Amino acid sequence: MPLALDIALGHLKRRKRQTLVSVLGVALGVGFFIGMTSLMRGFQTYFVQQVIDVAPHVVMKDEFRRPDLQPVELAFAGGAVEVRGVKPRDTVRGIREAGAKLAAIEAMPGVAVAPMLRGPALLRYGARDTSVSIGGIDPERERRVTNIEKDMTEGRLEDLRSTANGVIVGIGVAQRLGAKVGDTVTAISPAGVTQPFRIVGIIATGVTAIDASEAYVLLRLAQVLLDRPNVINSLRIRLDDVREAEPLARRLESVFRYRTESWEESNRNILGLFVIQNAIMYSVVGAILLVAAFGIYNIISTVVHEKARDIAILKSLGFRAADIQRIFVLEGAIVGVAGAIAGWGVGIGLIEALAQVRFDQVGPVIQGRSGFLLAREWWPYLAGAVFALVAATVAAFIPARRASRLNPVEIVRGAA
Amino acid sequence: MSTILRAEGVTRVLPGPQPVTLVRDIDFALSPGEFVAVTGPSGSGKSSLLYLLGLLDRPTEGRISIEGRDTAAMSENELAATRLARLGFVFQFHFLLPEFTTLDNLLIPMRRLGRWDEAEREDRARALLASLGMDEAAGKLPEQLSGGMRQRAAIARALANDPALLLADEPTGNLDTRNARTVFDIFERLVADEHRSVIVVTHDQEQAARAPRQVRLVDGRIVHDSARD
Ligand SMILES: Nc1ncnc2c1ncn2[C@@H]1O[C@H](COP(=O)(O)OP(=O)(O)OP(=O)(O)O)[C@@H](O)[C@H]1O
Ligand SMILES: [Mg+2]
Repeated sequence: MPLALDIALGHLKRRKRQTLVSVLGVALGVGFFIGMTSLMRGFQTYFVQQVIDVAPHVVMKDEFRRPDLQPVELAFAGGAVEVRGVKPRDTVRGIREAGAKLAAIEAMPGVAVAPMLRGPALLRYGARDTSVSIGGIDPERERRVTNIEKDMTEGRLEDLRSTANGVIVGIGVAQRLGAKVGDTVTAISPAGVTQPFRIVGIIATGVTAIDASEAYVLLRLAQVLLDRPNVINSLRIRLDDVREAEPLARRLESVFRYRTESWEESNRNILGLFVIQNAIMYSVVGAILLVAAFGIYNIISTVVHEKARDIAILKSLGFRAADIQRIFVLEGAIVGVAGAIAGWGVGIGLIEALAQVRFDQVGPVIQGRSGFLLAREWWPYLAGAVFALVAATVAAFIPARRASRLNPVEIVRGAA
Repeated sequence: MSTILRAEGVTRVLPGPQPVTLVRDIDFALSPGEFVAVTGPSGSGKSSLLYLLGLLDRPTEGRISIEGRDTAAMSENELAATRLARLGFVFQFHFLLPEFTTLDNLLIPMRRLGRWDEAEREDRARALLASLGMDEAAGKLPEQLSGGMRQRAAIARALANDPALLLADEPTGNLDTRNARTVFDIFERLVADEHRSVIVVTHDQEQAARAPRQVRLVDGRIVHDSARD
């Protein structure tokens, strides 16, 4: 064993209790870091997975990030004129030349795209009615982009095609109407079109707002019902590689100009919340480790103080300042390493304990889950250990440097 | 005769609002195999002189050279290396490391020097302890030793790297007469049998008288040096 390590261990063994407390401090910091990371990451990964699973990765909308310039502004561009109160030219909303765009996007590798026209309508069954948001879809393409089919409790997406005037409604809609599969409901659009539809499927996503307000029909039928022939108002895209979403969205927007959002952009507020959540967690863990680092600083300082005579004799024996410094930095590092290893144990224990927690009384908080969502990853172990080691070494460095600068003559004089 | 250690016009002043002169105008030369006893009243600068000669402190004026090398030109690390390989220190307090056994205490400077391999080191350390009548102390912690044994262990450690010069500052200050005599017996033998040089600061006139060369300090100056008078 190297001499410096031998001496360092000797010092720590002499102060077992204080060493233990310091190790424990580091262990708690590392352990909580591992446990909290697992908890947060578990939830966040689950959430992101849900979003990625359910929602399209990129959505092109029938709107622009900047409102269209009015002809008068175009005509006097750059002129010292300010135009106010211009009556905007009426335009039909919708994505123009959707077919060509669809084909162009579909030609890209690893990309699936589905068109949609969404608009409001009233569904009536007997004496009851409810307003819904009708989505006109292309079942073949829809299936490749979203997985609404997974949420269907009755019927299949394909039934929209095989049945004339088929409609799939949310379970809440069906309940409100008192209708079930096979019943024929009447749809009335704001455009004044009235059309009968036959319920061919039921969707239950678990999200009440969606289940109580959505209905799906064939795109062609929606265009007739809403009186928007050949118009769609969104293109939804699913990617093999979700990481491509943001760059693809930017590319599409720059080419087609329509507002195109990646799932990251659509969920920016929640992803932003995650950042805050993580920041809070890391501050708490950082504070624990900071306290642990002070503990280490404290023990090394005490040892340096107590061992002044030993330092003096080592120096008079011919140890260099760097040798002395190494001994005490090593002591900090030993506490750091021991704390990190113990912290792994604390972390594993914490995760196992959290895994046992069940929220039975609250009911399934997240579909099919009644406990914490825990991520089991290896990197928090590594990160926690590295951070602990660095913190411990830095904390030991200050007293170690003081030790290395002690003047043996002064100490020997004082001790005599 | 060659000179192992030489001080020329050495003065050491502690700086400060009221500078303290520890020693002044010291001229001193030491040959291999010399045994010097340094005496003087308390506060006369004996310890200060020993720290200077032992390269633990640097003079503010004058020069100290060891084995022909001027210490002013040596870095702190070079001084440390010289202390490690060529000098041995013994203080009034033993300064053994309390976590280590006597044997391990002896091994520490040897391991730092790295001149011998592990087996050789242990053989040497045990032989050294045996020569000082300390065989049984090898596996004991310092706190398990008597005062006299501790001081002998400290001497053994000072000798671990086979130094040319041993410097001792009141090594018998805490010992009874019998133990003090034993320590001086060891010094005599180191000089006579092993041709080492020894400088020992002591208050003990009886033991001091055993050294062939006497140096007396008063107020930081050498007022008597038997080698010169
Ligand atoms: N750090 C210091 N500050 C002020 N004065 C000091 C300091 N160190 C030593 N002195 C003074 O320098 C003088 C020499 O001290 P030194 O310890 O060398 O004497 P000494 O001969 O070894 O004495 P003793 O026999 O008591 O050990 C003394 O007067 C002492 O008070
Ligand atoms: Mg003294």
